[in-house]
Amino acid sequence: MPVPILSTRDLTKTYGRGPDRFDALRGVSLEIDRGDSVAIVGKSGSGKSTLMHLLALLDTPGGGSVHVEGTDARSLSGRRLNALRNQMFGFVFQQFFLNHATTVLDNVVLPLKIAGMGARERRARGMAVLEQLELADKARNKAGNLSGGQKQRVVIARALANNPRVLFADEPTGNLDSATGRIVEDILFDLNQNHGITLITVTHDHDLAARFNRRVYIRDGQLITTDEEHAA
Amino acid sequence: MKPLETLKTAITNSFRSKLRTTLTVLAIFVGAFTLTITNGLGTGISNYIDSQVAAVGASNAFTVTRADTGSGLGSGPQKYDPNTRVLAGGGRPGSTQVALTQADLDKIGAVPGITGVSPVTRLNTAYIQWNNQDKYQLSVSVLAGAQPQLDAGQNLDDGSPAPQIILPSSYVAPLGFSDSAQAVGQDVTIGIPDATGTMRTVTARINGIEQSALLSSGGAFINKALSTALTQAQATGTPATSAPVYTAATATFAPSSESQISGMKSQLSGAGYTAQTLDDRIGTVKTVINGIIGVLDAFAVIALVAAGFGIVNTLLMSVQERTREIGLMKAMGMGSGSVFALFSAEAAFIGLLGSLIGSGAAIALGTVVSHALARGPLSDLAGLQILSFAPGPVAVVIVLVMAIAFIAGTLPAWRAARQNPIDSLRYE
Ligand SMILES: Nc1ncnc2c1ncn2[C@@H]1O[C@H](COP(=O)(O)OP(=O)(O)OP(=O)(O)O)[C@@H](O)[C@H]1O
Ligand SMILES: [Mg+2]
Repeated sequence: MPVPILSTRDLTKTYGRGPDRFDALRGVSLEIDRGDSVAIVGKSGSGKSTLMHLLALLDTPGGGSVHVEGTDARSLSGRRLNALRNQMFGFVFQQFFLNHATTVLDNVVLPLKIAGMGARERRARGMAVLEQLELADKARNKAGNLSGGQKQRVVIARALANNPRVLFADEPTGNLDSATGRIVEDILFDLNQNHGITLITVTHDHDLAARFNRRVYIRDGQLITTDEEHAA
Repeated sequence: MKPLETLKTAITNSFRSKLRTTLTVLAIFVGAFTLTITNGLGTGISNYIDSQVAAVGASNAFTVTRADTGSGLGSGPQKYDPNTRVLAGGGRPGSTQVALTQADLDKIGAVPGITGVSPVTRLNTAYIQWNNQDKYQLSVSVLAGAQPQLDAGQNLDDGSPAPQIILPSSYVAPLGFSDSAQAVGQDVTIGIPDATGTMRTVTARINGIEQSALLSSGGAFINKALSTALTQAQATGTPATSAPVYTAATATFAPSSESQISGMKSQLSGAGYTAQTLDDRIGTVKTVINGIIGVLDAFAVIALVAAGFGIVNTLLMSVQERTREIGLMKAMGMGSGSVFALFSAEAAFIGLLGSLIGSGAAIALGTVVSHALARGPLSDLAGLQILSFAPGPVAVVIVLVMAIAFIAGTLPAWRAARQNPIDSLRYE
């Protein structure tokens, strides 16, 4: 059996202290295979984003462990961890986190700049990704001046810029109308099916979730086997 | 991120938020400006003092007198000793000065380290006159290694057989000259009473005119030839039996260290003489001036501390504003070191910008003001440039201010760079 690209064991995460203490994750064990497409489905506040951040090694778990291709994330050196974040993972944040004062292109090529790619190569690659998301004509615009849907696509372009092997998308179609949403979905599934990218997506949308290979249901920080909401 | 890329991004970032950068640069500007000005004031004043001090005498010479044995306060009159000659006059009323004889000079010359001894005779010149016009009082002194700052003409030539004199510029108009240049090369008549009270005259050529100076005595400098001529004139009619006596002697020594000088001093005082270097004689003046410069420096440090807080404040604001940006960069795999380098480069760049503009403005303004002052209110102190800027101290100021900006900018960045990416991203 091949080693899963990502796996977690008894993952917990607690926010706050004392009376403010809140257990956002309460023992999540999960395995994700290379090239799989996984939808994480759950109500608001159930811990979906928290789980995604831990999987993408952006946060440290309270307990349990995350393994990347069989290696415990805690044993990774700072340099190796940065290389993983830069080259292996792409992350589409729920809140975008765009730099509004700089251009769309500058936002998109940030991971390439961090990777140490030269300016010309960077621009070529950035333009190619923007082209793919039908945003090439907005490359010179300030990111702050875009519409919500355009911003959503810029964030996806940024996540894809450095050709990640695993793409995390936190509600990638939540802000889009159904037509644009459809385009974005198609792009994501094309990457998964034709480029072998492992796709991990958070969504509320059950129609979208149905298109994934696999669905993971989460409630109050714990995985549940069935979609009870749907079943009810 | 590549180093050059880091630098470029840092510079772009600092221009991106114009208000913040302007405020920070302003804070740094104030610090650099104040420091450069006080520094220039210090340099200007010490340059002036150095040139003035050189005009008074050589630094490698002692003025040696007989120690005034036990004339401390309330010690009463000294017992008469027929072997001790006392010179009246000079000093405060009631004070006496013991004369030096040739034997004393030999003793001083024998002290190790002393290379030459020449006696100082008091020349009681009475007047100076040019072209039969009005007579003016005059006091003269031999140029014992002094380098007067000249307005016109040349320095004295001690080797020349012709009698030469350098007059203070205050004599130019009263004697009847239209300006300093006209006075140079003219012959003047100096009157000096001899031992019997008869007025004798000696003719000397004006070799140069001295700028009015801070420490100058208001007297004229004369060369060896004129000194000899005046001494002879003054001694005319002295009883042949009395041996020559001197008020003081000038003892020169080879350039020496501080400890060697004090060694020679203690040897001389052991032999019963008082030896003073130039620094000893103008010590009080120097202490006062150093005090003034010290106060100025203290103000500069206060300004620097104030500017430092301003810099910390604005850069701290910037880090909070941009903690999300740090989080994002870390989420995309930027190492803590690179994040730190980016913010340090930005802080250093803003520091450089502020201190360059501040120092530049200070130098420009200072030079203009200094020239205006030298022409106007301070024109009586010829040669004084109240503000003068040496490259070394200015560079030190720039580096110091940059260092403060650097520390102020990087300490908060250091904290943000170590957080988990998601903690920085959630920062509101
Ligand atoms: N930094 C934090 N401090 C305290 N509580 C937090 C923090 N981040 C998240 N939480 C809490 O943890 C729980 C899970 O949050 P999470 O963002 O993972 O939810 P989610 O499933 O992504 O919800 P949504 O669908 O609304 O995005 C929530 O109850 C939230 O209030
Ligand atoms: Mg969420």
